Amino acid sequence: MSFRQTVMALDRGLKRLTLIQLGVPMFLLIIGIGGGLLQTLMRAGIIKSPSALGLEYYQGLTLHGIINAIVFTTFFAVAFGNALVSYALRMTINLKIAWLANWLMLVGTVMVAVMVFAGEGSVLYTFYPPLQAHPVFYAGLALFVVGSWVAFWNWIPMYLQWRREHPGQKTPLAVVGIFTTFIVWQICTIPVAYEVLVLLLPWSLGWTDTINIEFARTLFWFFGHPLVYFWLLPAYVMFYTMLPKLAGGKLFSDRAGRLALMIFIILSIPVGAHHQFAEPGIGAQWKLLHSFLTLGVTIPSFITAFTMAASLEYAGRKRGAKGLLDWFGKLPYFQADNYMFAYLFVGLVIFFFGGITGIINASYNLNNVVHNTAWMPGHFHMTVAGPVFLAFIGMSLYMVEKMTGKKVKGKLAVAVPYIWMVGIAIFSTGLMRGGLHGEPRRTNMGLTYLNPESSLYQPEWKLWVMMTAIGGTIMFLAMVIYFAIFFKTLFGKKTEEEVLEFPVSEAYHDEKPGIFANFKPWVIAAIILIVISYTPVLIDVMRSTAYTAPPYDPHVPVPARQFQLPPNVVIDNTK
Amino acid sequence: MDKYEQRAVLGGSFLMLIFFVAVVIATTGFGVTVPTCIVDVQPFKHGQLIKLADKHYELHAVAKMWSFDPPEITIPPGSRLDIFLTSPDVAHGFNIEKTNINLMAIPGQVTYASLTFDQNEWGNFRLFCHEYCGMNHHAMQGWIKVWPAAALGATNQPVQQPAPAARPAEKPTDTTTQQSNGGAKQ
Repeated sequence: MSFRQTVMALDRGLKRLTLIQLGVPMFLLIIGIGGGLLQTLMRAGIIKSPSALGLEYYQGLTLHGIINAIVFTTFFAVAFGNALVSYALRMTINLKIAWLANWLMLVGTVMVAVMVFAGEGSVLYTFYPPLQAHPVFYAGLALFVVGSWVAFWNWIPMYLQWRREHPGQKTPLAVVGIFTTFIVWQICTIPVAYEVLVLLLPWSLGWTDTINIEFARTLFWFFGHPLVYFWLLPAYVMFYTMLPKLAGGKLFSDRAGRLALMIFIILSIPVGAHHQFAEPGIGAQWKLLHSFLTLGVTIPSFITAFTMAASLEYAGRKRGAKGLLDWFGKLPYFQADNYMFAYLFVGLVIFFFGGITGIINASYNLNNVVHNTAWMPGHFHMTVAGPVFLAFIGMSLYMVEKMTGKKVKGKLAVAVPYIWMVGIAIFSTGLMRGGLHGEPRRTNMGLTYLNPESSLYQPEWKLWVMMTAIGGTIMFLAMVIYFAIFFKTLFGKKTEEEVLEFPVSEAYHDEKPGIFANFKPWVIAAIILIVISYTPVLIDVMRSTAYTAPPYDPHVPVPARQFQLPPNVVIDNTK
Repeated sequence: MDKYEQRAVLGGSFLMLIFFVAVVIATTGFGVTVPTCIVDVQPFKHGQLIKLADKHYELHAVAKMWSFDPPEITIPPGSRLDIFLTSPDVAHGFNIEKTNINLMAIPGQVTYASLTFDQNEWGNFRLFCHEYCGMNHHAMQGWIKVWPAAALGATNQPVQQPAPAARPAEKPTDTTTQQSNGGAKQ
C-alpha cells in the first residue's frame, strides 16, 4: 500500500474528541497505576493493612483492573480506530456518532468509578457473582460497552463506501486490523452484555431472586478471553503497519498480516473455557477441545514473530548491516525522535515471555499447577502490561504529539519502555515463582501469609513477593516519568502544524489479498466454531446446576437478602 | 507468502500439535485430569471426612466465606483421597500446595478430584482459597495433614511431629485451625 501523501490535514473536531479519549483515561490511569504499586507493597507485607490511601485492597484491585484493562484500553482502541480508519481510508469520520459513542463510554466510566470509590463495587474487574455490586455499577459497564459498539458501527459505512469507490483494491492492512479488533469485540461482548443486562442488573435490583453462577461465569469467559485479543490486536496493527517503517524498512509480508488477523477472528472466541479448566459443570472433553483451539490461536503469534523478525532484519540490512545477526545491532533502539520504535520493540521482547507462559496456561492439565496462583498475573502482565500497554502509551504520546503539534521534548520518552522492561522482568519473575510455590493471586497477603505476626505466615514466599514489590516499584517509576512527559506535551507549547499522521509501512512482499479480501467467510467460520465449541459447554453447565444463588455483599458472609433453597434440592445435612 | 514464512507457520503448528499430544498423553497415560461435569451428586452443606477403606478416604469439603469445612483433616501416608467440593455462598478456590489438586468451589455445583499420596510423602499441606471471595479472602486457609497411622491419636492432632532430617521442619499447628475440627473425625 502506498500513499501519495502521508500527512493529512486534521479535522479540529476529531482532534478534540481524540484528546478527550486519550487524556481522560490517562488521568484515570494515574489512579490505576498507583493502585498497582500499592498492591505489590500490600502483598509483600510492606504495608500491612486492609486498606491504603483510603482504598480497601480489593477496592483498589477492582480499580486497577477496570481502569487499566477495560477503560484505558477500550478508550485507546476507539480513539486509535477513529484516527487510523480516517487516515488510512482518507475519509472524514461522522463526528456526531463518534461523540455519542464517547459520551456513552464516559458516562459509563463515571458510573462505574463512582460506585467503586463508594465501596459499592469491590467485585474486581471480573465481577463474578454472587458477589454483588451496586446496580449502577452494572448499568455503567453496559453503557460503556454499548458506547464502544457505537464507535465501531460508525466506521462500517466508511469501509463500505471505500470498498464501493475502490473496486479491486485491497483494503489497507491497518483498516483490516482495526476491523478485526472490533469484529472480535462485537461478537464477544454480546454474551457479557446479556450477563450484565439480563442476569446481573435485575438480580442486583432485586427483581430476580437468584442467578446461575456457573452460567454467568461461562458467559463472562466467553467475553474474557477474546477481551485479551481485543487488547492485543491494536498492538498487532502497530506491529504490522508501523514498526517496519519506524525501523527504517518494510513489512516483510502483507499477506502474513492478513492471515494472522483472520485466524484471530476465527479462533479468539471459541477458546474461553480454558479459563474454566478448574471449574465444575463443564465436561473435561469440552475443556480439552478448548485447550486444542487455544493452542491453535498461538499460530498467528508465531506468524507475527517470524514476520516481525524478518521485517526488522530487512530494516537492519537497509541500514547497512552485513552478516547473519549484524542487523540486530543496527536498529534505532535509543533514538529520541523515534521513541515509538522502542515502545513497540520492547513490547515484542516482553511478549515472547508472555506468549510462552500463555501456552503453559492453555495446556489443559498443566493448568492444575498454575490456576489462580500468582503465576497468572505474572503471565498476563507480560501480555497486557507488555506489548499492549507499551504500544498504547507510546501511540497515545505519538497521537498527542502529531495532533497538537507539540513536540515531545527530551530523551526520557525513549527510556520509559526500557525501564518498564527491567521492572516487569523482576515483577513477573517474582509473581510466577511465587505462584509455583502456591502463592494465590488477588489476595491481600500482607495481612496473613506475609505477616510474621499471623498464624498463617508463610516465610518461603518472602523472596518472591519482595521481587514483585521491587519490580512493581520500578514499573511505577517508569510511569511517573511517562505521565510527566505525556501531560507536559499535552499542555505544552505548539511548535508544529497539527496533522493526522501515522508511520504506515509499505510491504516488501505485497501479494494480492486472495481469500483474505473479505471478512464474511471468516466471520461465518468463527460463528460455526463458536456454536460447536460452546453448545456442549452450555448444556453441561445447565444440567449440572443444582440451584441458583442470591447476591452477597463482599463484606458480609451471609446473603444480602432472604434465601430459601428450592424444595427439589436435597441438601445432605447428615453430620 | 515467502517460503520461509510458510515453514515458520508449519513449524509453529507442528510444535503446538506436539504439545497437544503431550497433554493427551499426560491425561490418558498418567491420569492427570481436570474436573468434569457432575450431575449425580447433590450439593451438601457440611464438610466431613469419611473413611471408605484402609487408606481410602472421601472428603466432603465445603468452602465458605471465609473458611474451609473441615478446616483440617489428617490421613495416613499412601492414602487415596476422593474430594467432593462445593460452596454454599460465593465462588472459592481450593488449591492444595505441592499437589495437582487445584479446584473451584462454585455455589450450585459439586466438583470432584482424586489424589493419592505417595507412601513416603508426609507432612502438612496447606490448602489455599485462591479465588477472591470477599473482604477476608486472604485469611481463608486449611490443612491437609498426612501423618503415619501411629501418630493418629484420639484427636486429629498428631501426637508428635517426627521430622526426618531430609524434610524441612513443618510449622506447628496454629490456633485458627484448632478451633473446630469435628468434621475430620471418623
